[in-house]
Amino acid sequence: MADLDTLENDQPLLVAESLSKSYGRIAACRDVSFALYPGEVLAIVGESGSGKSTLLQMLSGQLAPSAGQVSYRMRDGITRDLTTLGEAERRFLFRTDWGYVHQDPAQGLRMAVSAGANVGERLMAVGWNHYGRIRDTASDWLTRVEIDIARIDDAPRTYSGGMRQRLQIARNLVTEPRLVFMDEPTGGLDVSVQARLLDLVRSLVAELHLAVVIVTHDLAVARLLSHRVMVMKGGRVIETGLTDQVLDDPREPYTQLLVSSILPP
Amino acid sequence: MNAPAYNFAYLDEQTKRMIRRAILKAIAIPGYQVPFAGREMPMPYGWGTGGVQVTAAILGPQDVLKVIDQGSDDTTNAISIRKFFAKTAGVATTTSTDEATVIQTRHRIPETALHEKQVLVYQVPIPEPLRFLEPRETETRRMHALAEYGLMHVKLYEDIARFGHIATAYAYPVKVNARYVMDPSPTPKFDNPKMDNCPALQLFGAGREKRIYAIPPYTQVVSLDFEDHPFEPYRFNAPCALCGAENSYLDEIVTDDKGGRMFVCSDTDYCEGRQAAGHHGSLSAAPYKERAQRGSHG
Repeated sequence: MADLDTLENDQPLLVAESLSKSYGRIAACRDVSFALYPGEVLAIVGESGSGKSTLLQMLSGQLAPSAGQVSYRMRDGITRDLTTLGEAERRFLFRTDWGYVHQDPAQGLRMAVSAGANVGERLMAVGWNHYGRIRDTASDWLTRVEIDIARIDDAPRTYSGGMRQRLQIARNLVTEPRLVFMDEPTGGLDVSVQARLLDLVRSLVAELHLAVVIVTHDLAVARLLSHRVMVMKGGRVIETGLTDQVLDDPREPYTQLLVSSILPP
Repeated sequence: MNAPAYNFAYLDEQTKRMIRRAILKAIAIPGYQVPFAGREMPMPYGWGTGGVQVTAAILGPQDVLKVIDQGSDDTTNAISIRKFFAKTAGVATTTSTDEATVIQTRHRIPETALHEKQVLVYQVPIPEPLRFLEPRETETRRMHALAEYGLMHVKLYEDIARFGHIATAYAYPVKVNARYVMDPSPTPKFDNPKMDNCPALQLFGAGREKRIYAIPPYTQVVSLDFEDHPFEPYRFNAPCALCGAENSYLDEIVTDDKGGRMFVCSDTDYCEGRQAAGHHGSLSAAPYKERAQRGSHG
């Protein structure tokens, strides 16, 4: 069993090969390649307009690349090119084996239905048909993301920003995905709430052995969560490596600028 | 024909052909909403423009038409649509469910069991069952195409979370032929079991939204539910005050401002038929009065 597990972890989960995207003459993303392994957290950092979000959309199959391809190792162990997946398969992947945490929780949640239904939606989408079990699983997940069970029947529009973000995480993790995309998950939260959220994400990632691609402009987030960092500028990856290596000993002038622009504590 | 200014049944033949093609497609794909080029009808949207167009397209000179509104043959909507077709098509009309070959209905299915020679035409205000959870039409179409119906259960979940039971009492979502989730129009959920395996053809017309859908005869129609909260039809727990029926859908009628109310069958034809057959409820007129009235008429 241990051997099998090792074998599992030896194979990359997500592979990007020379991904490019251009909008007319503007190249938003140029020639990005990397492999992501199970349980690994990859941070993509860079300033606004550097192509981070375009890259994330291509990786998650929401945007077709102009050139290059993304392949993903499905639960059956077969690695498949995302563009060859039918729409039904892609959408199924999106609500079972993947998660996507939006910067704005309103995009990732149904603001008008209760928190319990928000968490339970993915379960019902894969055919759960027992109210009691759906509700138990939902309350279990609310506890895990530190939301008071008494709020289970409240709509997320009555929640604070931090709670909404935690609810969004619970909603994504309920089907036990293997890969989660996060787009600036701490954007717009105040510092203490950010810290609690990051702490929560870090423990969930370790506990569930999640692979994560996290897009952020906040180097502190990258340092706290990620194993590896990719620095982007003008649509290109200019530097990549282990997080502490890149952040403590940046090679590229732009990365040095980024790192030095953080105020010392 | 007593209205030479119009084509038979008001609509021109080309329009009828277009609507019939949509109907045939709808029958071929049970529960699927077929778009059609809905016409302006001489009545406001919400008064049955969709149902009227479907009826106009299927009506033949030999047909006998019955129109009901909330089960009743004698409300404004029912009377005016019945008169409309009596005038523009010259067809025979009736209030008897048994005698009718085409029944246009708003919000009810008759209590009397339908048979193979009948077509039931529903007036539909909002054909999309997912609409209030997913406002984007592009998205709901994709969800139907991929049979992604988890969202429908989210609505039922919300009901149970809020009220302790599935509180949706009308327009209760059904799955047709184990494929498409469909809005049965705002019929009470009491009527849902009648749609299942029904010998009559059921057609649904939505005029404002320009959609037609259908349930062919003898098609499986299942009301959605949870294993631990199964579907239950709802009925006021009382007999009809006029005919004493214990199994018909009831209207509640407030009779005074001191809390007095009576429950009567919403299906007027069914109720009158039972009374004529000698059944009586707690508030029905005395038999001699009926006989006296009948005597004075003829």
